[in-house]
Amino acid sequence: MDTHRAVEQAARDSYGRLLGFLAARSRDVEAAEDALGDAFQAALASWPRTGVPERPEAWLLTVARRRLINAARRDRVRAEAAPTLLALADEARDLAATDVVFPDERLKLLFICAHPAIDPAVRTPLMLQTVLRLDAARIASAFLVRPSTMGQRLTRAKARIREAGIPFEVPEAGELPPRLDAVLEAVYAAYGSGWDDVAGADPRRRGLAGEAIALGWLLVRLIPGEPEAWGLLALMLHCEARREARRTPEGGYVPLLEQDVTRWSEETMAEAEFCLDTAARAGSVGHFQLEAAIQSVHAQRARTGRTDWDAVALLYEGLVRLTPTVGALVGRAAAVAEAHDAPEGWALLRAVPAASVAGYQPYWALTAHLLERMGRPAEAAGALARAIGLCEDPAVRDFLVRRARGSPAVDQGETSSARHPGAGAARNGSGARPDDG
Amino acid sequence: MHYSILIYQSRADFDARTDPAKREVFLDAFVPYVRALREAGIVVASAGLESPESATTLRVGEGGRTVQDGPYADTKEQLGGFFVIDVPDLDAALQWAARCPIGEGMVVEVRGNLPHMS
Repeated sequence: MDTHRAVEQAARDSYGRLLGFLAARSRDVEAAEDALGDAFQAALASWPRTGVPERPEAWLLTVARRRLINAARRDRVRAEAAPTLLALADEARDLAATDVVFPDERLKLLFICAHPAIDPAVRTPLMLQTVLRLDAARIASAFLVRPSTMGQRLTRAKARIREAGIPFEVPEAGELPPRLDAVLEAVYAAYGSGWDDVAGADPRRRGLAGEAIALGWLLVRLIPGEPEAWGLLALMLHCEARREARRTPEGGYVPLLEQDVTRWSEETMAEAEFCLDTAARAGSVGHFQLEAAIQSVHAQRARTGRTDWDAVALLYEGLVRLTPTVGALVGRAAAVAEAHDAPEGWALLRAVPAASVAGYQPYWALTAHLLERMGRPAEAAGALARAIGLCEDPAVRDFLVRRARGSPAVDQGETSSARHPGAGAARNGSGARPDDG
Repeated sequence: MHYSILIYQSRADFDARTDPAKREVFLDAFVPYVRALREAGIVVASAGLESPESATTLRVGEGGRTVQDGPYADTKEQLGGFFVIDVPDLDAALQWAARCPIGEGMVVEVRGNLPHMS
């Protein structure tokens, strides 16, 4: 293998682990990133001459900790970190000398990134950068933020970790559930950012769905006993299984109920079901498991040819009781309209607080659909226009515009339920979430 | 904060304005967008501009003032219209810009307005 690729591979395989290890000891994510960046540069410079070392990670770690120590010497402000760094030096040398596998501190890194002291808006970007080494420009495009602003937010967040002395530790059992939920939400936000883009022509604008799923697998490996981590992974995999079916070959939007189930990935659905089963064995339900279960009901259409809307409505009811977000409330209204009738769904939809739906496109799409079904075409047209005006995804916009023109409308009962997988969607309020129901 | 959403269009986009079928396709998506902006109560000003060849450009150089036919710069995309919106921050402005139903090849630029000029 050529050395450049060896460095790339080491970066891909070990970046998060190396950074976690260094940051957990220096307690300074930014300094650890700089040191590790230098180490990769050094590898690019010397591996072509010396060959790829037998243990590339240990080599990188040795160089990186040397940089960290030198940086700390230059920087009196961080003088208090010196003892830690010296210990790190010893530890890194020991690790290099023996066959001991260095500890995986990525879980601590994930908890740091989603710490309550970190602005929720920057948690996902921080994870993507520190654990997966995504660059700020790509993260910025995915999250619709000015790239220089994204860079500043990431830098500020890392300064906060250092200055606030946020501890590198996995929370105690007592405070684990809310802290874990923040981690899972941040991972799910990365998944949602990947949804719009199916063609994926411009790699910088490519979504982050694959990265989010990688983080999902990482989490269940690190904390296999946490059912909600399995639930999140099941949810993402169920949505991912339908990626191919979600667009026509020409790029047109295909709502869930119109999708050709033979284009759903059986393998990915099976993985999702495995994750959901694993979660269920723990016997403690959470909103990600409920959302995954809703997707699981939809997935059953591949076998049965029909959608059990009663089951979907029941699961949404549970979701609303657990986390009454806008996404969950709108999803429940859509499911009830399908399971029972439009007026019942409409009654639920009208009860959703107006302030929370002003910019929430799925609400308006569902409103249009239900009013249409109830024989109120003028009001339906107004709501549909609102949905079109709020739409960010060109394919979904075209789909809605065709509906507005009165071309043979598909049965969109599900487009709206569908576009809002629930809890997550509403929390960020952006609607930039999986449009699968 | 006031932000300008500047919409740049290609020659083909400008030509499409006089093609009834293409114009209808454009307006089917654009009218709801304008409406959503207005319903959100954030529009400070907005305008759609005539085609760039109708522009008249004034320049002041060493030899004094000259008046020319056409737009100031001969670029592939030309300013086709704009909105000035009042939103809390750039993130919100970018979200509205992302909702703008631009076709392929169109470009949207978002810039903050100088506070004392508006």
